[in-house]
Amino acid sequence: MKLINILSEKKEIVLKKWFDKIAASYPVNAPSFLKNQKNQFANPVGYTIEETIEAVLDVLINEGTDKKAQEFLDRFVQVRAVQDFTPSRAVDFLFMLKQLMKDELKDELQEKGMYEEFLLMESRIDRMVLASFESYLKYREKIYELRVNEFKNMAFRLLERANLTFEFKDDDPAFEKDVSDSDNVK
Amino acid sequence: MPNESKSDELKQDELVKIDYKPPKKDWMDTPVHFRHGTYIYPAKAKNLTYLGLPNPREWSPADEDWKLPDNWKDIILNGMKERLDKYRSFKVFMDICVRCGACADKCHFFIGGGDPKNMPVLRAELIRSVYKGNFTAAGKILGRLNGARGLTKDVIKEWFYYFYQCTECRRCSVFCPYGIDTAEITMMGRELLTLLGCNVNWVIEPVANCYRTGNHLGIQPHALKDMFEMLLDDIQDRTGVKIEPTFNRKGAEILFVTPSADYFADPGIYTCMGYLMLFHELGLDYTWSTYASEGGNFGLFTSHEMIKRLNAKIYAEAKRLGVKWIIGGECGHMWRVMHQYMDTMNGPADFLEEPVSPITGTRFENAKSTKMVHITEFTADLIKNNKLKLDPGRNDKLRITFHDSCNPARAMGILEEPRYIIKNVCNNFFEMPENTIREQTFCCAGGAGLGTDEMMEIRMRGGMPRANAVKHVHDKHGVNRLTCMCAIDRATLSTLMEYWVPDVKVTGIHELVANALVMKGEKERVVDIRGEALKEKKGEDNVR
Ligand code: SF4
Ligand code: SF4
Repeated sequence: MKLINILSEKKEIVLKKWFDKIAASYPVNAPSFLKNQKNQFANPVGYTIEETIEAVLDVLINEGTDKKAQEFLDRFVQVRAVQDFTPSRAVDFLFMLKQLMKDELKDELQEKGMYEEFLLMESRIDRMVLASFESYLKYREKIYELRVNEFKNMAFRLLERANLTFEFKDDDPAFEKDVSDSDNVK
Repeated sequence: MPNESKSDELKQDELVKIDYKPPKKDWMDTPVHFRHGTYIYPAKAKNLTYLGLPNPREWSPADEDWKLPDNWKDIILNGMKERLDKYRSFKVFMDICVRCGACADKCHFFIGGGDPKNMPVLRAELIRSVYKGNFTAAGKILGRLNGARGLTKDVIKEWFYYFYQCTECRRCSVFCPYGIDTAEITMMGRELLTLLGCNVNWVIEPVANCYRTGNHLGIQPHALKDMFEMLLDDIQDRTGVKIEPTFNRKGAEILFVTPSADYFADPGIYTCMGYLMLFHELGLDYTWSTYASEGGNFGLFTSHEMIKRLNAKIYAEAKRLGVKWIIGGECGHMWRVMHQYMDTMNGPADFLEEPVSPITGTRFENAKSTKMVHITEFTADLIKNNKLKLDPGRNDKLRITFHDSCNPARAMGILEEPRYIIKNVCNNFFEMPENTIREQTFCCAGGAGLGTDEMMEIRMRGGMPRANAVKHVHDKHGVNRLTCMCAIDRATLSTLMEYWVPDVKVTGIHELVANALVMKGEKERVVDIRGEALKEKKGEDNVR
């Protein structure tokens, strides 16, 4: 039997345990809420976790597409990036899966050729980790960009209202020359 | 960035060994950690001094020493006693919670972040535990067994952290079988903190400005008129209609008051242009005021005394100008103040008349006492009576959903009027899921003084449930505009969308009215009120 078949058979239990591990990374009371509130709008975080881990597992057992998994990973990391996590904690949920597979498939991994298959699968997970880290950085940068934008918009409007800004009009003669060319600027 | 302490810099090998269980400490023993992005900068001493508020000083929540006055404990306990005697609701809310948990998972900050102290029941417990420990016999004897605790400096820090992570949105109260309103508890917590000078600048500066100049930004009368000139030029450019509104005009029938963000901030200005166009088209006998130039009242986020001081300006100006009644614009918390506090604090406004629409003759009996009518009530009545010529097709490139702003929805119950207007001025309207709208609407997470940039992380976290519902209608129906009727929303939702659903832009209701309104003497409308092409060019598909 191949590793993906075994994983496919154990999909439900792996998903359940993986969900629990991720939920446990939140403070007391939150894990049971994340798990038990099934309405996707009342519990958007729990729902996102569920969608994400399922998409990841589907890719590993060759049932889902990479694109879909990437989208969900990106979305889940977008959520983690604004929660109370350090960068490493924010993206560590994929490592949880690796550990879980080692624990759950301990016996199977002893079988001939299985460990090699596991290593291949592991490197696929590693690539997802890297992509997740890029998402994390993207969203943290976004937060700072939003901060700056809010600040700038406010300051700019005030200056504009106070007639302290100067705007070039489209028909301004200055635009007829190529002002970006330094040679033209005497 | 999140906590950068050494122990958190984990190597990959170590990561797989982590025990993911959180600390099992009792919530009372988990001190707060002030990390950038999770707290608002403290009120500047000069602003507190201007308002005559106590204990002005330079300090930071991230400091170990908050430089509290020596008798801080007495100040808080006396302050609590005074308020328990004065506000019956406060005492009742302290006593009657049965910890049923119905409210626990209803707060957007808990839903988005999972911090248990953001569960409304626990937020209230932060103060209730001190109440029990100091004001009830059982608490004094049984202590922790009865959920009681003493008052320490850590408790003050905890209050500051969590009472400024509550947007006073009242979603939780909708689910409480006893009607406990955690927002009122937060308000009490903030009042008590204010006694120690522990307030936030994002609230106190607007309050000081408003007290001094009449609006949050400290805009003076001549500058305010300049701003309007720009809006009026834009209207003329885009519609061909020249409008000349009046300011501080004595003897006008109606005074119009709206939040200052409407005439200074994107995208509120387009809503403001909508008011100007609508009133012009009706030939309404109304005036703006450069003194009552702020509908918002950040006193609501400070103390009851401050609400009263700021709100009084509106009535004083109405009296000075000799108007008959008042129309209020698309603001959120202004309506909570009008609806729940104005009449008892500064009313009854006997010198005003019961509002009657001069266009339709409709008597606004609901405003009999405050004499102030919500603009959507006014406009919905006009549409109902066929008084407006509307071309909803002009909003066809927009696919619209509506966010019920917390205060108009929950504190006032205005649910139908905005929907009625929207459906009459545009053709593509899609509701978000039932448990995220109307009374159950999810907060923008930037109200009650949280809408500042240093709180960005918390805002994005708490706004996730709202954004998630918007994303749903965006994905399903191609929604590209989020309408709301609150100036704070217009600002904070814009940023929230940029993070979670960047294809969706934010709009006020009267911006949609401005687009659809067919005006006498207008030129052919080729651009919308933002100056953007009214129709998508052929072959271009804005609907994703
Ligand atoms: S009032 Fe709103 S923000 Fe405050 S605890 Fe209740 S739900 Fe949360
Ligand atoms: S719903 Fe009301 S009674 Fe129940 S825990 Fe919340 S505040 Fe207390």
